[in-house]
Formats: sequence, structure tokens, C-alpha cells
Amino acid sequence: MNLSRDDIPALAFSALLLGLAAMLPLTGSSYWMGIGLSIAMFTVLSTSWALFSGPTHYISLATAAFFGLGTYTVGLGFESLPFWLLIIIAAAIGAALAGIVGLATLRLSGVYFVIFTLGLAELVRQLTTWVQNLTGQRGFYVLTDIGETEIYLMLVGLAALVFLTGWLIGRSRLGFALRIIGDDEEVARHSGINTARAKVLLFMVSGLVAAATGAILAPRYVYIEPSLAFSPILSFQVVIMALLGGPGRLWGPLVGVIPFTFLWEAISSSFPNQTTLVLGIAFLVIVYALPRGFVGLIEDGRHRLRAREGYA
Amino acid sequence: MYIIITGLLLGGSYALIAMGLNLQYGVARIMNLANGEMLVAGGFVAFWLYTTAELSPFLSIFLLAPVVFALNWLIYRIMLLPLVRRAKTRGQLEVDSILATFGLSFVAVGLMLAVFGGDYFSYSYLARSVPIAGDTFALNRVSAFIGAAILCGLVYLWLNRSRVGLSLRAVAVAPESARLVGIDVAQRSALAFGLGGAITAMGGALVSSYLTLDASTGVIFTLKALIVVIMGGVGDVRGTIVAALMLGILETFVATVIDPGLTLAAAYGLFILILLFRPQGLFGRASA
Amino acid sequence: MSATVLSLRGATKRFGGLVAVNGIDFDVTEHEVMGLIGPNGSGKSTTLNLISGALKPTAGSITLHGTEIAGLAPQEINRKGVARTFQLVRMLPSMSVLDNVMAGAVFGHRRAWGQAARDKAMALLDRVGLSGRANNRIGELTYIDTKRVELARVLACDPRILLLDEWLAGLNPSELETGITLIKSLRDEGRTIILVEHVMDAIRSLCDRCVVMTSGTKIAEGTPAEVLNDPEVIRAYLGDDDA
Repeated sequence: MNLSRDDIPALAFSALLLGLAAMLPLTGSSYWMGIGLSIAMFTVLSTSWALFSGPTHYISLATAAFFGLGTYTVGLGFESLPFWLLIIIAAAIGAALAGIVGLATLRLSGVYFVIFTLGLAELVRQLTTWVQNLTGQRGFYVLTDIGETEIYLMLVGLAALVFLTGWLIGRSRLGFALRIIGDDEEVARHSGINTARAKVLLFMVSGLVAAATGAILAPRYVYIEPSLAFSPILSFQVVIMALLGGPGRLWGPLVGVIPFTFLWEAISSSFPNQTTLVLGIAFLVIVYALPRGFVGLIEDGRHRLRAREGYA
Repeated sequence: MYIIITGLLLGGSYALIAMGLNLQYGVARIMNLANGEMLVAGGFVAFWLYTTAELSPFLSIFLLAPVVFALNWLIYRIMLLPLVRRAKTRGQLEVDSILATFGLSFVAVGLMLAVFGGDYFSYSYLARSVPIAGDTFALNRVSAFIGAAILCGLVYLWLNRSRVGLSLRAVAVAPESARLVGIDVAQRSALAFGLGGAITAMGGALVSSYLTLDASTGVIFTLKALIVVIMGGVGDVRGTIVAALMLGILETFVATVIDPGLTLAAAYGLFILILLFRPQGLFGRASA
Repeated sequence: MSATVLSLRGATKRFGGLVAVNGIDFDVTEHEVMGLIGPNGSGKSTTLNLISGALKPTAGSITLHGTEIAGLAPQEINRKGVARTFQLVRMLPSMSVLDNVMAGAVFGHRRAWGQAARDKAMALLDRVGLSGRANNRIGELTYIDTKRVELARVLACDPRILLLDEWLAGLNPSELETGITLIKSLRDEGRTIILVEHVMDAIRSLCDRCVVMTSGTKIAEGTPAEVLNDPEVIRAYLGDDDA
């Protein structure tokens, strides 16, 4: 592999940030640990969401479905199988479901895809509830000796993997194909790109990561039930954070995740009934004020700065 | 037989609600994901007027319709038209309108939660039973069905017989050509959007006479209305009605025979089948 | 006689009740420039769309070197060596000129990657007269330059058959001359070209043979001189009174 001159500092900087992130548990503060966990979780989810949705402009609301399947995989299997194996199984299930959904819907228009994915979490939730009712259960206890610190570190590790994957895809033919598809799918098809395969592959990546995240977080919930594991709000949070940051860049979602997590924590502790309103306003802000997210603002700012330097 | 009649009664309301969404999507080209909230708002108003002033939901729809029409007309003019103008491609408009109407939907839910709280609301109106074909049915369901059928019929006649209806259909089929023959597309789109909202809200008022609603149930209705619209075909009134009745029967069947908790799953299963085998709708022709 | 590369037999496309292309038959032989002409709405572009896979034929067969391609997806047809331009130029607006052309080089008929793809794209930009514009944004280009970029992207796919949908439309006389020379040079390097065109000068000087269509059917086939003097063709273009 050949690295360009800009790549090495960027990689070194990313490694440094990850290293710093991994040191958070040393602070020993439970408030920061809670925030850190949320940020790590949403970074993983939003970044992997944007890997698919950034270039293709398909809005997926299926995150909660994949996430919930991940937590349920652990809930059902933690007594008989090792935890790491369950994460891998969850990831495989997530990828498989995403593959099936993608094959069925990604050749259709964007509206159908949104509705389909929105319904998917609800479908899986209703089916799970129904099956549990048949067996007379409401939920599961997930009792493990895995603590917050381990979960946090696993999420940071997963985040590193997601960023690395995104970076590699961006440099690959697949990444190039996705950029072309995002610009004009008709041109892509007439240039010999199998657009359906490219889209399904990327959707599988995001499904895989979301399911793995759900699996990793399962021990934290202790008790899991369908309405918790498949909470539709999660899908919306992920979309908002990714779009707020800017899905056009690999690091874009991260820029949205950090402020939104703090905002969310503040609102849900002081005004727990207003969270829906916050989500709604966030959507409107994105559409009307920040169509390219914070990344757009930053890039415009840089552009202006450079232009001014040029004239000076 | 009981299932079929109950299903048809339910489907009648679905038809009205979906017809509202279909007008908005078919003519104004906006997939309005806040449609369900209009329904819940309509239900709220009917509930409030009934409990405070003992006004029958069948009368409150006449108060409701002009207000909701004006509200939706304004929403289109102020919020959605700028998106239509700024969009360079159909795809971009699609993404923008999805996000904007999701935003509206959440804001509406948030406001309703703040004003009315998160309680379920229901009232007892015409809670008597009437015998039909050997079984008994709640009078409020029957009357809501009749109300919905009358409204659906009026909308259908209006679209097919009046000049304005004709121009709306023209915009639905070919906005560019409609512009060439002197139809103000933006104005007609706003009209259709407002009207669609009003129809859905009236449907909400009728539904509230027999279903229990709360501030956050809107999204379920949006999902069902979307399924009906896609199944029936975008812009196809008859298709919408048939699809809505089918959905009503299917849901009632699943709820009675299997489990009431699976109604949405059943609707969704139907949706998957339609997407896989007839993405152009039940009666639609394969398009290019 | 040289080999037949592409042949259409009874190719038909219906949109609901409307028959846009009605049982078209023709053959294209290797290294030839074939013109597809006819009045507006006669089904030329639809025929091109059937060949490139943008539309699936309702009936009939389209064979490439004897293999059936009717109904294949456009990317499969492209990979078999058939590439096209669009009637309304289609660009990749968020990318640079170079990336636009590389799109063809990376995914087309003969696939390249990295430096090889870049070199190929640069060479083609040179060929269409855009050397030095590689790093421009698409928004900065003039109309004719976007047409050049599109042609370069299509050539980067290294097609054996090139489908040009009114590629010469909207050019001024001197640009037209450059365009005609460019297409001639493409034929000279052994490519087979099918062009849908209205510009008569271009048809006369470029086409070896023409197929004339009206209302979805073929009414004449032959050299440009033959078909342009055919009374039925004149009637199709000008109406009955002038024939």
C-alpha cells in the first residue's frame, strides 16, 4: 500500500486521539464515563451509518433493528458462549439481515427505503415481543462480569476499526464507485458499476457494526426487553448526529456526535418530556440551516480564510 | 364474516387517511411523514370539543377542516416550497422533504406532549351496538365508516369532475406540462397539500370516535397510510381505497386470529410483498 | 464484407399503450459509423436506450457478437464494451474533471486503477482538447467542455461500440468541425460508432450508413446520400405536401 504525504500525519493524529479516548476510564468519574460511553457508542453508529448514507443519500432508520438484534444475541447466548464469539455472531446476523433488506429495497426509490427501514425495527420488535409472549417471558437478565470500562474500551476499539474501514473504503474502487453513485446513479450504471452490489455491501457494513455495538452494550443494560432494545429513537438519534456533523467526511459524524450527546444528556436530565421536541428541532435545523452539517460550515470557513490569504 | 366487516369498517378510515397522504405525495410531491400527527391532532380536537362542548365528531370535522387546511397550506408555502425551489434533483428534494417532515412530526409530537401530556385519550360516543349480517358492531365504527365513505366519494368526484380537480390531476401526472398549459403548479401543490392535511385530520376525528389515541401514535398511522398509498399506487384514488380496505381486513384478521400485537408486523409484511412483486402498486402499470 | 458486431431483430419498446420502438431490425458492422436519424419523437433515443440497457425491450432481440444482450443491466452491457453519452449531458458534479473521466477508466470495459487509470484519463483529456483542465470543477466548465468531458469518460471505458446521443447538438460551426474530426479519428482507430444525430452536415460527412426512423419504425436504410433522397424519408421529415 502506498501512503501519500498527507496520510501519515492524519493517521498519527487519529491514533493519538484514539489513545487519549482510551485513557478516559483513568479519570474515575462516573459522569464522564457515562458521557464517554454514549459518545463512543454514537460515534460508532453514526460513522458506520454515514459510510453508507453519506455517498448514497439513502436514509436508513434500521439502526435500532440491527442494534436490538445484537443485544438479543448476547441476551440469549451469554450463558453458553463466550462474549467475543457472541459479538461476532451478532455482527454476522446484522450483516445478513442488512444484505436481505438491501437486496429487496435498494433498487427502489429513497422514500420506500426510509419507510421500509423505519418499519423494520418495529417489525422485529413486534415479532420479538410476540415470541416472548408465547414463551411467557418479558425480557432477559444479562448478568456478566463485564463492566463499564471494558464496554467502553471495546467501543473505542470498534470505533478505531470503523474509521480504518471507512478510510480504506475511501481509497478503494468501492469508495470511488460510491462517490459516482452518489453523484449520478445513471452514469454509474452506464460506466460499468454494479450499483446494487456496491450499495448492498455498504449497507451490510453499517448493519454489521450496529449489531456488534448492540452486542457490546448488552451487559450494560442488565435487563433487556424489546421496547428497550429496539427503541426507534436510537435510529433517529444516529441520523441526526451524522447529518449534524456532516456525512460527507469520515470524521464528520464525530463532529455532530459530541455536541449532540452533551445536549441530549442535559435535556433528558432537566426536561425529560421535551426530548421529542429536541429531535424535531434538530431535524429542522439540519434541513434549513446546516444542509451540509458542521463539516460544511468548517469547510466554507476554511475556504473563505484561504481566499482572504490569497488576496492579501 | 365478522372479520371481513370489522376489517372493512377499519379500512374505510384508513382509506380516508391515506387519501390525504396520497394527495400530498401525488400532487405536491412531498412525502409528508408528519401526516400521522395531523391525524392525531384532528383526533385531539374532536376529543376536546366532545368532552368540553359535547360537540359530535361529525360536526367538529367541519370546524376542523378549514383550520387544518390553512395550517398545511402555510406549512407548504413557508417550509416546503423553499425546499422544492432549492432542490436540484428529485432525489435531493426527497431527502430534504423526508428530513423536514420528520422534523415537523417530532415537533408536533413534542408540542402535543407538552400541551396535553402523554396520556391516552378516548371518549365514549355512539357506543351502542348495531346488528349487521347476524353479528353486532359498535355504532361508532359503523358511523365512522359511513362518514369516511361519504368524504372519500366527495373527494373522488371533486377530483374527477371539477376544473380544479382536473388541474390537480394534471400536476400529479406531469408538473412540467401542467405549467405549460397555464397551471400555477406551486399554488396547486399548496392547495393539494392543505387539502390532504385536512382530509387526514378529518379521518383522525372520525377514528377518534372508536380508537384510543395518544400524542405519539401518529407515526403508526403514517406508516400504515404510506403502505396503503404505495400499495394502491401513487395518485390512484381507487387503488388507495381498495388497498386500505385490504389492509383493514388483514389487520383485523391477524389481530383476531393470531395476536393483536402483530397488526403492524402484518401490515409491514404485506408492504414487503408489494415492494418485491408489484412496486408500481396493485393497479399501476410498470413504468419506464 | 466485415463482421456484424451488433444486430437488432424486432426490437420493440412499449410504454403502456404507446409503442415507442416498433419491431426495429438492423445490423452494425465492425469499424462503421452508423447514423440513426429521423424526426423528433421517432424513437431514435429509445432505440439507443434499448442497446445501452437504460431500458429493457418489451420484445425482440439485441445481440452483440452473437450474444444476446437484450434485457441485461446497463453495467453488464457496458462491461461487454458498449458505452454511451447522454442526450442531456450527465456529469458527476461533485468531482473534478479528472475524476469524471477516471470513472470510466476504473469501471468500464477494460478496468484500470491508481496511476494507470489516472494516466489513461489524462491522455483522453488531452485527446478531447481539455489538457490543463484536469483539476477544474465541473461547475467551471462551458457547455461544450462538459460534452468533451463526457466523451472522454465514455472513451475511458475503452468501448468497442460507442453510442453517441446527439453529441454534436448545440455546437457552433468551428466546434462542430472539431467534433466531426474527433469522431472520425475514433472510427479510424477501429471503433464502431452509432450516432443519433440531427446535424445533417455531420451525418453526410461521418456516417457510412443510416437507418431512418419515424413513429418507432424503420422506413429506410442505406448510405446518407441514398436515404436523404428517398421520397419516404423526405415525407417523414417535411410532411406530405412537400414530397
